[in-house]
Amino acid sequence: METHVRHFQDELDELKRRLLKMGGLAEERLQLAVKAIVDRDLAAMDVVLSGDSDINKLHVEIDDRCVKLLALHQPMAVDLRSIVAAVKINSDLERVGDLAVNIAEAGQRYLQHAPVKELIDIPRMATIAQTMLRDALDAFVRRDLDLAHSVLTADDRLDELKSQVFRDLLAHMLNDPSTIEAALDLILVSRHLERVGDHATNVAEDVIFMVSAKDVRHQ
Amino acid sequence: MESASATPSSILAHPDGAASVAIEVESVSFFYGQKQALTDISIDIHANRVTAFIGPSGCGKSTFLRALNRMNDVIPGARLTGSVRIGGEDVYAPTADVVAVRRRVGMVFQKSNPFPKTIFENVAYGLRVNGLAGTRGELANRVEESLQAAAIWDEVKDRLHTSALGLSGGQQQRLCIARALATRPAILLMDEPASALDPIATQRIEELVYQLKNDYTIVIVTHNMQQAARVSDTTAFFWLGRLLECGPTERIFTDPAEKLTEDYVTGRFG
Repeated sequence: METHVRHFQDELDELKRRLLKMGGLAEERLQLAVKAIVDRDLAAMDVVLSGDSDINKLHVEIDDRCVKLLALHQPMAVDLRSIVAAVKINSDLERVGDLAVNIAEAGQRYLQHAPVKELIDIPRMATIAQTMLRDALDAFVRRDLDLAHSVLTADDRLDELKSQVFRDLLAHMLNDPSTIEAALDLILVSRHLERVGDHATNVAEDVIFMVSAKDVRHQ
Repeated sequence: MESASATPSSILAHPDGAASVAIEVESVSFFYGQKQALTDISIDIHANRVTAFIGPSGCGKSTFLRALNRMNDVIPGARLTGSVRIGGEDVYAPTADVVAVRRRVGMVFQKSNPFPKTIFENVAYGLRVNGLAGTRGELANRVEESLQAAAIWDEVKDRLHTSALGLSGGQQQRLCIARALATRPAILLMDEPASALDPIATQRIEELVYQLKNDYTIVIVTHNMQQAARVSDTTAFFWLGRLLECGPTERIFTDPAEKLTEDYVTGRFG
């Protein structure tokens, strides 16, 4: 059977490349924000705080591409699901960019204080969140259902770590109330990282929908 | 023509319980002389639903549509096996009354084909030849009722006795629909009814199809995928003379089961 190579496919491929670029930027900024907290690096923190515009521009551009593809090509079946998934993934990635800024803001406040404790679980959370995000995007590009499902599983570990961070910091606050302000900011950071995991989970769920047409949300 | 099925007739309930089967097709194969155009097609077409046939050119969808009311009979050398049951009766049975079949199963073609007569006469013609209207008043009522049902009454009521050929393409097509409806068929077959029309006229036909399904069972052949998606409840995908997949339109256009269906609806071939 003859298969038509069409400019629609080229545009779909370009849409995927833009989403990957956006994912890369979001992941990079997340990594930078957490590293700046661990390294107590205020200058690096400023870079995160002032550099959200690339992601925001891509957010608008990708939505625009999706609307045009829907309007001009009226895609069906897997193509339709891919574009619907792209619109949603786009929003999730933009939120991850915002969360990186939130982490940097909490980090900036945290650095005004003496360290509460050595940071172990927060960098661990950051690594898991970044891996989830990367895997979800790889699953998107490779249409890999197994990888997408693995992201959903990883989210449980992130939730556990968030609870653990909270318990640890609660103990510190009870022992030494002078750590309360700093500890609260760390709790916020862990909360933001957990939210990054939720967005990666959303992306993975969208990938599962795109590939298999099955809606696995809220199950 | 021959009928190869001895299956007892049955009116099956639709899976959702809402509609009965209007046309029950079992193992239909069709030949133009030596050439086989349709292979082993079985499908239940549900009453008061719109069923769209899609597929690339030459896949057999129009041939199959025309098999439903024996319009292929006029083609020399044409031969059908299997059975097509309408209301439980095999329309290919030796005792079947072809004229009665076509009265129950109206047809609208790709190109509007009004008779070179007045608007009124176009609709009245079928009623007259079938002896379906006793009095002039009754005839006029049935003509108006048909023109109303085809959503063209308001545009033509003041010029019923002028030539139908003076109407626009879209109006002519709706007149042909009115003509098909005049004999009060149960089923309406439409072979690309809007493919020669502009977008506005197309929209009117689609809207009409949507309304008509309350009273008729509609089967429509279309090359326009978006049109199939917009107007039909069930979509059947034909490929190389076979019915490859049939299911709820929403599923066929979002999550088809067959790779070939997906390749076709996404425009990767066809």
